[in-house]
Amino acid sequence: MVDVPALDDHGPGQMPSDPFRAETEDGRLCLRFTGALDSAVAAARWEEAHLAAKGAGRLVIDAAGVTALDSGGAALLVSLGGAETEWREPAAQAPRGALARFRKAVATAPPPPKPKPFRPLTAIGAGTLDKLSAFLTRMSFLGETTLAALRILPRPWRLRWAEVLRHLDEAGTRAFPLCMLLGTLIGVILAFQSSVPMRQFGAEIFIPQLVGISLTRELGPLLASIILAGRTASAYAAELGTMRVNEEVDALKIMGLDPIAWLVVPRIIASTLVMPALTMVMNVTGLIGMTIVMGTLGFPPIAVLNQLGQWLTVGDLAGGLGKAAVFGLAIGYVGCLAGLSAGRGPRAVGDAATGAVVGGIVALVVLDGIFAILFFRLGW
Amino acid sequence: MVESPQAEAIITATGVAMRFGARTIFRNVSFEVRRGEVFVILGGSGCGKSTLLKLLIGLMPPSHGEISVLEGDWSKLEGEERRRLLRRIGVMWQSGALLGSLTLAENIMLPIEAHTKLPVAARALMASAKLGLVGLGDAADRLPAEISGGMLKRAGIARAMALDPEILFLDEPSAGLDPITSAGLDELILSLARETGTTFVVVTHELQSILAIGDRCIMLDKEAQGMIAEGDPKQLRDESEQPTVRAFFRREAI
Repeated sequence: MVDVPALDDHGPGQMPSDPFRAETEDGRLCLRFTGALDSAVAAARWEEAHLAAKGAGRLVIDAAGVTALDSGGAALLVSLGGAETEWREPAAQAPRGALARFRKAVATAPPPPKPKPFRPLTAIGAGTLDKLSAFLTRMSFLGETTLAALRILPRPWRLRWAEVLRHLDEAGTRAFPLCMLLGTLIGVILAFQSSVPMRQFGAEIFIPQLVGISLTRELGPLLASIILAGRTASAYAAELGTMRVNEEVDALKIMGLDPIAWLVVPRIIASTLVMPALTMVMNVTGLIGMTIVMGTLGFPPIAVLNQLGQWLTVGDLAGGLGKAAVFGLAIGYVGCLAGLSAGRGPRAVGDAATGAVVGGIVALVVLDGIFAILFFRLGW
Repeated sequence: MVESPQAEAIITATGVAMRFGARTIFRNVSFEVRRGEVFVILGGSGCGKSTLLKLLIGLMPPSHGEISVLEGDWSKLEGEERRRLLRRIGVMWQSGALLGSLTLAENIMLPIEAHTKLPVAARALMASAKLGLVGLGDAADRLPAEISGGMLKRAGIARAMALDPEILFLDEPSAGLDPITSAGLDELILSLARETGTTFVVVTHELQSILAIGDRCIMLDKEAQGMIAEGDPKQLRDESEQPTVRAFFRREAI
């Protein structure tokens, strides 16, 4: 420490340069600070000083010997002081000013607000209202989107077809490699897994039916829509969320353009149209994967084709593709809604993207359940 | 501010040039910033003001020339030495650059946590003092997305000042603010300079701000690819013979 003032009452064990000492003075505790009191000193002596000050009724804080003071040191002094503290201000002008400034600045800050008491009934009520208003927002967004789409129907040239094509490319063509990889692997896995129990009954020849039906009716649409939710719904949400943060959505409104027709409808059309294609890619590659496995089990491709031709109907395929289109519609809708209802700031955009993926997957699982019941009742 | 001629130079730039590929932003820029003054880097859009600031705070090395800040050369400092120098400066970014997921108080506690071992109570007290200093005492628990542009800039200054830096670099403090808020910010800068003795390096093109706060300035020009003037802004306004400088201070189109 620099500039140590001459103090004659330091104890034998203490270095004259020790910046902090606790002493008893006229029956009161006196905390004496000397020398340069900076953040490093404050950090090193914080605990000790607070322990010493704890429980002491009337306190003297003697900072007269402080030669230099930064915010960290001032924080230590101010945090030690209480209502009944007697202050001895620093003698030197710089630390005296720094301490006064710090006190003044802290005084303008209001005391931290008390945490609100937890009222379960209020919390339940507020939560319910929140959910209700979120539901209403979703419904009105669904309505607005439908209306915007219907308004475009008689004048299809008003739709931004270039934008639709761009989204078809981004959501569709660029997802083909991923779909092909996933489809092949799923076909291979399904065939291998089912071959073990089927062999016990000598029924390996029926593996193509099993894989074919489960792929076309269920797994193809489901896996393709999970890919769409992960790749495209999140992209929609992030893109629209950023546009909202940048006030681009407001700008569209003011220019007399309906943001729903301009931004949402092309995206939803694209996601709906692209899903049957993705599903088809998934189905075909899955069947190819299965055929390869069948080959290793000793069944030639022609036998597999025969089996599929006998058992798979166009209805299976069409049902799956129709389901896929509905999934695409729902995922596009969820992604756009998440984007347009995003809050402000970088975290909000991230939240919107997460919400779009989670919401999309939940929506498609619920829809799939409804389809399962529907198809069962209809006997498809 | 009373500026004594013998005040030590705490930033010196000698023959600094910056090129991006084949494009020269500026060359042969030399100046000194003295302790305790408000030093303004001014110039029109695209003249390299913000680039020069980035060189001064060590984000990029200059293509040519030397820069010394508090007797340290960024290009030669690494590890702990660089950290020690970083601790002695503060930067307010053009848009505040507060972290969006933290409250204002948490934003200000961040550099204190990075550079000192002070406990959380001390950091919180320091944060509320810094926010009080810039007049945001009641906004400590707000998120950056919830406050206005002027408040963001003031919070940016509070964060830059968290560790009592010797030099504060401000990038366009009054850009995009209304005249009243902007004047308030100028006053804040002046009072901080006067009371704490902090040196300010301010990048701006706001004429009124320059005249209100600047002790000395340099002017960069896009056409000349370098410095075209240096000195007291009021003197430059009244006496400069340089046509671009005159046009700048009289708000004329060239």
